[in-house]
Amino acid sequence: MPETALSSATPDAAASAVLEVRDLSAAYGGPDVLSAVTLGVRTGETVAVLGANTAGKTTLLRAISGLIPKARGHIAFEGLALLGRPAHTIPGLGIGHVPEGRHVFPRMTTLDNLMMGAFFHRGAKDIAERLERVFTLFPRLQERQAQLAGSMSGGEQQMVSIGRALMGKPKLLLLDEPSHGLAPIVVDELHGAIGAINRQGVSVLLVEQNAMLALSVAHRGYVLEAGHVVLSGSSQSLSADPGVRRAYLGV
Amino acid sequence: MLQALIDGILLGGVYGVIATGLSLVFGVLGVVNFAHAEFLMLGMYVAWFAWRWLGLDPLLGSVLSFVIVFAVGYVVQRTLIERVLKAPPAAQVFLTVGLLIAIENAALMVFGSEFRSVSVPYQVQGYRLGDIFIGAPYLYAFAAAVILAAALWLFLERSWTGRAIRAVAQDAMAATLVGVDTKRTYGLAFGLGVALTAFGGAVILPYITVSPTVGGQFVVLMFTVVVLGGLGSVAGALAGGIMVGVVQSMSTLIFPIQLQNLCLFVIFIAVLALRPQGLIKGA
Ligand SMILES: Nc1ncnc2c1ncn2[C@@H]1O[C@H](COP(=O)(O)OP(=O)(O)O)[C@@H](O)[C@H]1O
Ligand SMILES: [Mg+2]
Repeated sequence: MPETALSSATPDAAASAVLEVRDLSAAYGGPDVLSAVTLGVRTGETVAVLGANTAGKTTLLRAISGLIPKARGHIAFEGLALLGRPAHTIPGLGIGHVPEGRHVFPRMTTLDNLMMGAFFHRGAKDIAERLERVFTLFPRLQERQAQLAGSMSGGEQQMVSIGRALMGKPKLLLLDEPSHGLAPIVVDELHGAIGAINRQGVSVLLVEQNAMLALSVAHRGYVLEAGHVVLSGSSQSLSADPGVRRAYLGV
Repeated sequence: MLQALIDGILLGGVYGVIATGLSLVFGVLGVVNFAHAEFLMLGMYVAWFAWRWLGLDPLLGSVLSFVIVFAVGYVVQRTLIERVLKAPPAAQVFLTVGLLIAIENAALMVFGSEFRSVSVPYQVQGYRLGDIFIGAPYLYAFAAAVILAAALWLFLERSWTGRAIRAVAQDAMAATLVGVDTKRTYGLAFGLGVALTAFGGAVILPYITVSPTVGGQFVVLMFTVVVLGGLGSVAGALAGGIMVGVVQSMSTLIFPIQLQNLCLFVIFIAVLALRPQGLIKGA
């Protein structure tokens, strides 16, 4: 795919950047699966990362959360360098991560799963309020709060996973294929919720294989191919790009 | 018959707590700790010395056993076990078996090989209910075990640290993503696991003598309990403990006492053969 000059990055964009990734490379012991990736999320934005299976999208999010020890380059969250920090200290800075495959705690109730999301803030006075906000966003979780998370449907588990991340009061939410394997009606519901979360002031970095879906909620997007950013731009320009349409929109 | 049943339940409650520690370690760390019974021995010695030097009843000394063996376990995990958490099972077996041999020999050197026992006022007392006689040391040890099991349950269900331990056991990556320090949690879980077993060792001191090789008496028993209950399941281990206690006690009605361990071993093998998932994915 040609390196189209669609980047909307402007020199002053860094000033209000909540997340800045520069020249990020990462490997799992073998060859690099991310090569010199540069991208950013500005405060209040929803940014999509598109790309086929094995492009490196999950690795990118895992590197931000400190889960890839062999990541090199530069990652800054609100100006704070992240690389080298122990992974368990990252959520406390204000980053919520909804991992690929949901990863709920299967033998805990919905309520305990959500409570675990506030682990870093244990003892905080506003935990009841946070819970209230999650239940407002996903009323179904309130009904199912005593149910074991492992026994719930895929869509409900995804809500638990997102709700758990929100309990940490993130400023930036990393979402890894939240709609994967879910029925269209559930996907609509989830994407509605993602829009609502963003409108409440949470910046979002959204990974999806389904480009159409991602671009419908995102302001901007990046296209990742074999560990390289090959394209970036506003959601409109990406949806109009012939290469993107051919490769990811099936048009 | 009823006498044997009651004896078995009283014994089994303590077995449950002893085995719960092993089960917890496997459930959280995924490591089969072959050295586990050695921590039972350490707990018994702590309680013995607390009785000898401080005049503490082993039922109280058990608290000391719990605390000291917890600290020892935490250090052992952070310095040794941590290195093999991601290693192949063979490396884990070598390490924990090596640990077993090392602890046992260190105990032989430090404590000597003689058998030691305590004497407490209630040692030969008991309660009589019609035809049934309930020995005081057995009853008190059982009560202590039940109290500890309840405390453990509350801790795992209600406290932040307890929830973090369960979270790490169920999904370590997800636990990291909500801010749980998994390395520290593995240390705490291992410490807690060996401390539970040490506590169980201390409360039976009024009716069992301690020597550096006492762990050997409990290895088969412990593994039988967790295999019955499903390795990794705390509630299962308690139920398994009572079952094993009852079987052991009932078997003395039929077989000579020397065959008690053989009975357990037969059950152990049978469960493994018929229900191997009990060992592999009981969590
Ligand atoms: N745990 C891992 N160990 C080794 N290689 C991995 C691991 N996870 C992912 N990879 C490899 O890294 C590349 C990128 O994977 P991933 O980040 O999961 O891509 P995506 O999320 O875009 O599908 C793939 O080639 C994949 O095989
Ligand atoms: Mg992925």
